[in-house]
Amino acid sequence: MMDKVILAGFGGQGVMFLGKVLAYAGMGSDLELCWIPSYGPEMRGGTANCSVVLSDEEIHSPVIDQADAAIVLNKPAYDKFAPRIKPGGVLVVNSSLAKLDEVREDITVIQIPATEIANEMGNTSIANMVSLGALIPHLNLVDLAKVEKAMVKLVAKRPELLETNLTAINKGMNYQG
Amino acid sequence: MEKVLLKGNEVIGEAAIRSGCRLFFGYPITPSTEIVEYLSAQFPKVGGTVLQAEDEIGAINMCYGAACTGSRVMTASSSPGVSLKQEGISFSAAVGLPMVIVNVNRCGPGLGGLGPAQSDYYQSTRGGGHGDYRTIVLAPSKAQELYDYTMLAFDLADKHRLPVLLHTDGFLGQTMEPVVLKERPEAPETDRSWVVDGAKGRKKRILASYSLTNEIGEANNLRWEAKYKHIQETEQRWEEFHTEDAEYLLVSFGTTARICKSTVLNARKKGIKLGLIRPITLWPFPNDAFVPYKDKVKGIVSVELSMGQMIEDVKLAVECKMPVELYRRQGGMLPTEHEILTFVENTFNLSAVEEV
Repeated sequence: MMDKVILAGFGGQGVMFLGKVLAYAGMGSDLELCWIPSYGPEMRGGTANCSVVLSDEEIHSPVIDQADAAIVLNKPAYDKFAPRIKPGGVLVVNSSLAKLDEVREDITVIQIPATEIANEMGNTSIANMVSLGALIPHLNLVDLAKVEKAMVKLVAKRPELLETNLTAINKGMNYQG
Repeated sequence: MEKVLLKGNEVIGEAAIRSGCRLFFGYPITPSTEIVEYLSAQFPKVGGTVLQAEDEIGAINMCYGAACTGSRVMTASSSPGVSLKQEGISFSAAVGLPMVIVNVNRCGPGLGGLGPAQSDYYQSTRGGGHGDYRTIVLAPSKAQELYDYTMLAFDLADKHRLPVLLHTDGFLGQTMEPVVLKERPEAPETDRSWVVDGAKGRKKRILASYSLTNEIGEANNLRWEAKYKHIQETEQRWEEFHTEDAEYLLVSFGTTARICKSTVLNARKKGIKLGLIRPITLWPFPNDAFVPYKDKVKGIVSVELSMGQMIEDVKLAVECKMPVELYRRQGGMLPTEHEILTFVENTFNLSAVEEV
């Protein structure tokens, strides 16, 4: 079983961190995984993306041709990555920053106003975690408990962030569109 | 054993520390910079020294000096930077100095780009600098191998007294994968009778590559030639993947080799008997790997991130007994497992094979 996930948005929206949460969630349950950032000139155009492959067997090709799932935090990321989801896959869209005219019908598109929800919480930078919450129920190999464990490790140096992040994830999970 | 999640470049740094290396000289260049960054943070904790030289030429000659004293030493760079190091590598090979040189390939020529490439294959496997010499070249394809082969590189450098090159790319360097931090293997006793570490109480030793007469020159060349022959006979390394019954073979190393493994599995689902030979040592090229398949396999595809460089070694290894074709991407692009399979099917007319 595998989860091939693409994460994309503006630089500063916490895209790489999103990927790390998934990667550490995989680490915690002894999965095989690859965390692949965009790097070099790709990073300098203001957009950021990274992909995470989680698997319960050895990962040969780490190249994601068609993803099982994606989180896109703005419109340019939506335009670029919506066509890269395999039929039957899941796309979480931050609808605060991406208004969609039409959506693919062969995939599940979850539109969640993640930035608005984050703003209501008083912390605009956790829209990434709100979006992650919306994706978690659709992943094969990662669940909330694994993500929580990973988060504890990732924010070990700033424990005050733990609750904020977990609350954001929960809000995303429980959002009813 | 501890399992950690690190970027490929950081894995190389960690392996260097655990190999007992305590000296690193370099000049930063993307996409290799995390190696010097990681060591700058970690080396001081274990009494090691990182020195950022004035340029790549300075760095490789500092490695030369450190290696003369018998210390384990490493440098890391990316393609244009490695070009600058070539004079120093040639001198180090001539004197027989163990050192580990990491080349996180950029795509070239010129300044090139930062995406994954294998276009330094010729430079890496043919010596690279002036004169008749070789360096052992190791090609990892995932984070665990970045760790294991870095350790192996130090041991091979000591064992054979020569620079060893680790040939990797930005994709491997930037990707994080879980790595088991294995203990350093028991290194065999190596000859240290040549080390320049103070001559008090013994005869002085000289490490120099200048030959005063042609006779001395030829004797030196013959000595080195014998060493390279011995390495070719004893150090070929490769991995085979579904080769036993293969009718067609892919040959690929590094990042593309792991993509090819997915191609092989997909091909087998379609009833195509495809296998993979993955060279681990690019020099010495694993000619022995091809011996059992020379008269058996119907065709070979060399999958590379260059105009096609390794393909020459593949053709020599199979003595051109069957068609050897090239599938390549360049400029920092990676192939998908599907496009490689489509190429195999089209090239060898296999699309008619029944689904199983």
